[in-house]
Amino acid sequence: MEYEISLLTIMGISIIGALSLNIIVGFCGQISLGHAAFLGMGAYTSAILTKMGVPFAAAVLAGMVVAAIFGILVGFASLRVRHDFLAITTMGVAFLFLGIVRKQEFLGGEMGIAMIPDPGLGKVGYMILVLLLALAVALFSIYLKRSWMGFTFDVVADDEDTATLIGIDVSSYKLIAFAIGTAFAGLAGALYAHHVKFIDPESFNFVESITVLSMVVIGGAGSVWGVIIAAAALSLFPMWFQFIDQYKLLVYGGLLCAIMLFSPDGLSGIFTRSLANIRGRESNASG
Amino acid sequence: MLFVNLCMQGLLQGGIYALIAIGLTLVYGLLRILHVAHAGLYTLGGYIAVIVTNTTGSFSLGLMTSMLAVGLVGMVIYRLIYQPILDKPPFVALIASIGLFIALEEIYRIIFGPYGITFAAVPLQGAVNFAGTYLRECEIAAVLLATLLIAALTLFTKHSRIGIAWRATVTDPEMSQSFGVDVVKVRYLNFFIGSAMAAGAGSMVALMNNLVEPTMGSVPSYKALAIIVLGGLGNVRGTLIAALVIGIAETFGTIYLGDYLDRDSIAFAFLILVLMVKPTGLFAKG
Repeated sequence: MEYEISLLTIMGISIIGALSLNIIVGFCGQISLGHAAFLGMGAYTSAILTKMGVPFAAAVLAGMVVAAIFGILVGFASLRVRHDFLAITTMGVAFLFLGIVRKQEFLGGEMGIAMIPDPGLGKVGYMILVLLLALAVALFSIYLKRSWMGFTFDVVADDEDTATLIGIDVSSYKLIAFAIGTAFAGLAGALYAHHVKFIDPESFNFVESITVLSMVVIGGAGSVWGVIIAAAALSLFPMWFQFIDQYKLLVYGGLLCAIMLFSPDGLSGIFTRSLANIRGRESNASG
Repeated sequence: MLFVNLCMQGLLQGGIYALIAIGLTLVYGLLRILHVAHAGLYTLGGYIAVIVTNTTGSFSLGLMTSMLAVGLVGMVIYRLIYQPILDKPPFVALIASIGLFIALEEIYRIIFGPYGITFAAVPLQGAVNFAGTYLRECEIAAVLLATLLIAALTLFTKHSRIGIAWRATVTDPEMSQSFGVDVVKVRYLNFFIGSAMAAGAGSMVALMNNLVEPTMGSVPSYKALAIIVLGGLGNVRGTLIAALVIGIAETFGTIYLGDYLDRDSIAFAFLILVLMVKPTGLFAKG
């Protein structure tokens, strides 16, 4: 039972992480290859603060704020550089984060931080907390997508120049997307730190960034349900099927490649198309 | 003396980076694809070089086989992965490429084992006194190979008919097509040459470290991306200069910044700094 509880907690954290990236990549169309860095910032902030005796909730909140501040800084980069340049810049940010953390004594260096305090909710309580937060982030994502801000993000993602032309302040919306997305990333990171009780630079390396990105892409960038399903499935599969654990990365890599080749808009794209197919057939049959 | 030594180590490192990064920038210049999986070919080059050298006893044969075979693999990758998604938005190819790269590393791990393979008898290890500092023969060979390949590439693109057609295609694919250039052949050639150069780099690094492991390409892969962005994406001369600059910045940075930053993030710190000042890289085209 304990194993299943841990599994569901990790699943909830993955969903929050993937949804947070979905706001930047899916809603606002800004590619980010360094999302794990923001999870890391949330995790490190919260871990250090709780070790200093700050209450759990306040520490997690601080983690979100720190991640969002750095997120806005990287957002400024997205105003300077676009597309491929932005992809490489965000990747650079992730490597820079790891490079700095590895050398800092007070961040634990290569050894990482161990014995991160337990939030004192019990395993089941913590799982429920994480799942509730995941639900909240999901609801917020759906609300955001349908709000005016969501529509504006859509325009920015679709065609930045046209967005500017019709009077949208593209820069502020990009910064807002980065701020919200990275704040939730900080939340996911902090929750992760208090779940596993140990973090080191390797927990937030480039492969983790790609893992989060693959959840978004496989689910279908921009689709909240697609991303939730992909995040849940990808975080649970390797643990259910222990035998593929060794080939986890091969499966990730292969899936990413295959989805891009056959359905660049992910699971949600497959779903929408097959739905359209079925409807098309029905209307053909009736007409 | 430390200064000269560091400069030479930096240039050596830069030469290796240049060999990897030029293939990447060629692909970007022609197809606007960030070919992350390129470093997977660099690793494959190392593996083939070690295996062929160990079976035949000749490193030069190993190097040639590796460059030829990996060049062909590069063409296959273009055909299977990139050609079907050329008309999709750029991030599609980028993510497919990252996926392919992760998968390639795992395939190497499964086939060749996680601990890497080494030369049975390592050639070219003697030390040579060079302007007061010692260089190993293999390091000199690496610099020579890099110089040779880059010079050959320059001559080829400047003076041969195929090279001229190639450059024309990079500048304006549609126009060169209407002048009778077979654009698809140019792409295959591009992938062949770029991948073969990466294999050359992989073979030399295998020789210098006497080790090829599945993850050998991870760090160069992302660093090469930083280099081609610095060089102005698609600009071969800019890439060459950026590679040497990064090589030297890293060797000096490790000594002077080592307490604050680890070696592998120096290139990225430099990159972010430059991009904030000049968003199109050091040597943008046009």
